Amino acid sequence: MGSIFQIILQRLALGALTLQIVSIVIFVAVNALPGDFAQAILGQGATDEAVAQIRADLGLDQNYFTRYFSWLVNVLTGNLGISFAQMNFASNMGGDQLVGVVEQIAPRFKATMFLAGVTAIFAVPISITLGVLAALYRNSIFDRAVNITTLSSISSPEFFLAYILILVLAVLNPIFPSLSNVYEGMALGEKLNRTMLPALTLTLVVTAHMMRMTRAAIINLLASPYIEMARLKGISPMRVIVRHALPNALAPIINVIALNLAYLITGVVVVEVVFVYPGIGQLFVDSVKIRDIPVVQACCLIFAAAYILLNLMADILSILSNPRLRHPK
Amino acid sequence: MTQPLLKIRGLKIDGKSDEVWKPIVNEIDLDLKKGEVLGLIGESGAGKSTVGLAAMGFTRDGCRISGGAVDFDGVDLVTASAAVKRNMLGKRIAYVAQSAAASFNPAHRLIDQHTEAPTQHKLRTKAESELDGMELYRRLRLPDPDHIGFRYPHQVSGGQLQRAMTAMAMSCRPDLIIFDEPTTALDVTTQIEVLAAIRDIVEQFDTAAIYITHDLAVVAQMADRIKVLLRGDEVEEAETRAMLSAPREDYTKSLWAVRSFQRPAKLAISTGVIPIVSLKNVSGAYGKSPVLFDVAFDIHVGRTVAVVGESGSGKSTTARCITGLLPPSQGYIEFNGEALPLDYRKRSKDQLRQVQMIYQMADTALNPRSSIGDIIGRPVQFYSGLTGSAKRKRVEELLAQIELEPGQYIDRLPSELSGGQKQRIGIARALAAEPQFIICDEVTSALDQLVAEGILKLLAQLQDDLCLSYMFITHDLATVRAISDDVVVMKDGRVVEQGPKAEMFQPPHHPYTDLLLSSVPEMDPDWLTNLLNGRGVDNIGDAAVGKM
Repeated sequence: MGSIFQIILQRLALGALTLQIVSIVIFVAVNALPGDFAQAILGQGATDEAVAQIRADLGLDQNYFTRYFSWLVNVLTGNLGISFAQMNFASNMGGDQLVGVVEQIAPRFKATMFLAGVTAIFAVPISITLGVLAALYRNSIFDRAVNITTLSSISSPEFFLAYILILVLAVLNPIFPSLSNVYEGMALGEKLNRTMLPALTLTLVVTAHMMRMTRAAIINLLASPYIEMARLKGISPMRVIVRHALPNALAPIINVIALNLAYLITGVVVVEVVFVYPGIGQLFVDSVKIRDIPVVQACCLIFAAAYILLNLMADILSILSNPRLRHPK
Repeated sequence: MTQPLLKIRGLKIDGKSDEVWKPIVNEIDLDLKKGEVLGLIGESGAGKSTVGLAAMGFTRDGCRISGGAVDFDGVDLVTASAAVKRNMLGKRIAYVAQSAAASFNPAHRLIDQHTEAPTQHKLRTKAESELDGMELYRRLRLPDPDHIGFRYPHQVSGGQLQRAMTAMAMSCRPDLIIFDEPTTALDVTTQIEVLAAIRDIVEQFDTAAIYITHDLAVVAQMADRIKVLLRGDEVEEAETRAMLSAPREDYTKSLWAVRSFQRPAKLAISTGVIPIVSLKNVSGAYGKSPVLFDVAFDIHVGRTVAVVGESGSGKSTTARCITGLLPPSQGYIEFNGEALPLDYRKRSKDQLRQVQMIYQMADTALNPRSSIGDIIGRPVQFYSGLTGSAKRKRVEELLAQIELEPGQYIDRLPSELSGGQKQRIGIARALAAEPQFIICDEVTSALDQLVAEGILKLLAQLQDDLCLSYMFITHDLATVRAISDDVVVMKDGRVVEQGPKAEMFQPPHHPYTDLLLSSVPEMDPDWLTNLLNGRGVDNIGDAAVGKM
């Protein structure tokens, strides 16, 4: 087992390094955006002095290296900085209740994780079950129906699926609310009720990918000698798939699940907008619009960390799914 | 006379190629009584495995049973429903596959796969079946029978896996077992253990068996009767002893005759001649694990040195050291008396040209997307700089040398050739460099005996015409006998014995050489029995433990 821990540590270190590189990319990319906060907030008619004043206030006049390293040091100590919009508001309007980026993002992030979690609880078991059944009844009507349904749901724009669900489940049959404005402190049941429609929409979006990978990974193995052996032992087709093929097909399936979970955390802004769901995606888009760099950078970093962590977990789980590594000679 | 257990009548099987169904098995009849062992032999493509699987009512994808009946104990498996067949499979008819390593599910422990059939068929509880498994492992003389089942397939050696698979087939005490080339992938010394174990257990439980193999000597040990197949047709069938002593058909006689090919050994080398290749105390390692220790032998001009040993003995690693693919960690290689750079990247074009290789799997050693002309043309251009029509002319010459009609083959793809023809292309590609020395790595192991004989004769002819030297890596002692002048025996990365062929096949031997030589099956149906009696059964058990 020693070797596995070694592999995990290695991957963790590699993940940290990747995150470091990503932080540079984020910093460069954000600074490459045309215009900055001062120009964005003051508009076209601003005088040069006013723009320079705001830049000096926010430290935008310093060189890139100083700004990057001070940001990096702050991030490492858990301080993501203070939103420019907040600082500007405070200096113009008085008052000293500055809300840090951390406090700003935290509730949004929790909401995003909640939505992603609820969606995953539906989508992952459904996809794997459908994938197994499609592999079992491959090339049958059932297989084709599942493929066509999931493919059309992944091919439709997310807002379109969202509006159809709203029409069917909120307007025609008022089962779930069409607005998902959850907030902290809301009872779990109510929260779930309000999250249902966005979660269902996202389930429709991510199922096809995972289901098709499950099906393909299993079918790929069906020509193996050990599958033939299982059949020749008189094992039922369902058991052949679930017990003999699935355990050996886990690695690619786990990887696709991880990619889709990462998508649920980072890529769902359209669904958030349609359902007025207070997730991190909306915050991110708003911040980019006004060049609120601390928030943009923090969101980017969270997205990158989510991708890296989920892929890391997928890697480790696929390694663990291989008996050769779990039980060395 | 009792009803036969298995009665196949007029069995016809089609295989799909290029979207067209073509017959691959024609009107085979077969009878098997309870407790009887029938040997099914033929070359690859003869339909042996297809018939064996059809006896279970099973066809692989791309095959279908197009006619005839497979009557197993009163049930026609051709027309029976899937559920009826499933109830028979594993329980009354079991299967032992060629490659145990590939046929055990890598995700589950041996014992869990062993108990699956009895529990699924509701014959035994899991606990009962586990105990029974240990008992079967003991009878099959597996080491540590109480615990070996709790290992995963990759933790157990090939010969042990093959016995564990036989135990698995026995788990429901079936009436019939299909053995599909169960020892083909094993070394000779391991093969004996498995053959003895299979034969014993089949006798103990009075199980009927169909034993499929291409190896006549093996089938002679195992079968009561032998049926010979050729391209889906039955050639003849007879009792084993009758078949061995008096084969009726010409094809059967030709199969029997293959093993008699033997070229006369050349004269002994006079002392003082500089060998073409000389290994000077070569050691080699993969990463940190050493695999070769102090290997030293010479190869002389115009001679064939056979390097013999079981898998893992370091034969191919030695070849990799000579070619420079794996630079030795110690020692060096001399070519015509001059030391070769250890790493092939540091060798000159001429040094590279002199050492060529022919590989075991011609299938994978040829680029499937290149035409034959390109495959042979590339080294021609690389080493001799010929282009255009001069290159084509040289390729045609080479094709003529390997006895393939140039005009007919030069534009074909490897997939359009048979196994033997592909191996000839591999030879031509090596010859294209005009080398003095060729390493042949198990070049005939993947071929049928008749085809292999053709390749050996071709290599011998080329050696005489071009004064080539060969290093011939093989685990098959019949091949050694046929082609070699000198023999090097390797075990665990060391040379245990070497000398001229005539001496090597005469006693006294090194004990390991003796074990290898005595393990080669002979056509005599009493060979295995006599050998086991001679060695004593315990000896074989010890050999098995020694291989752990």
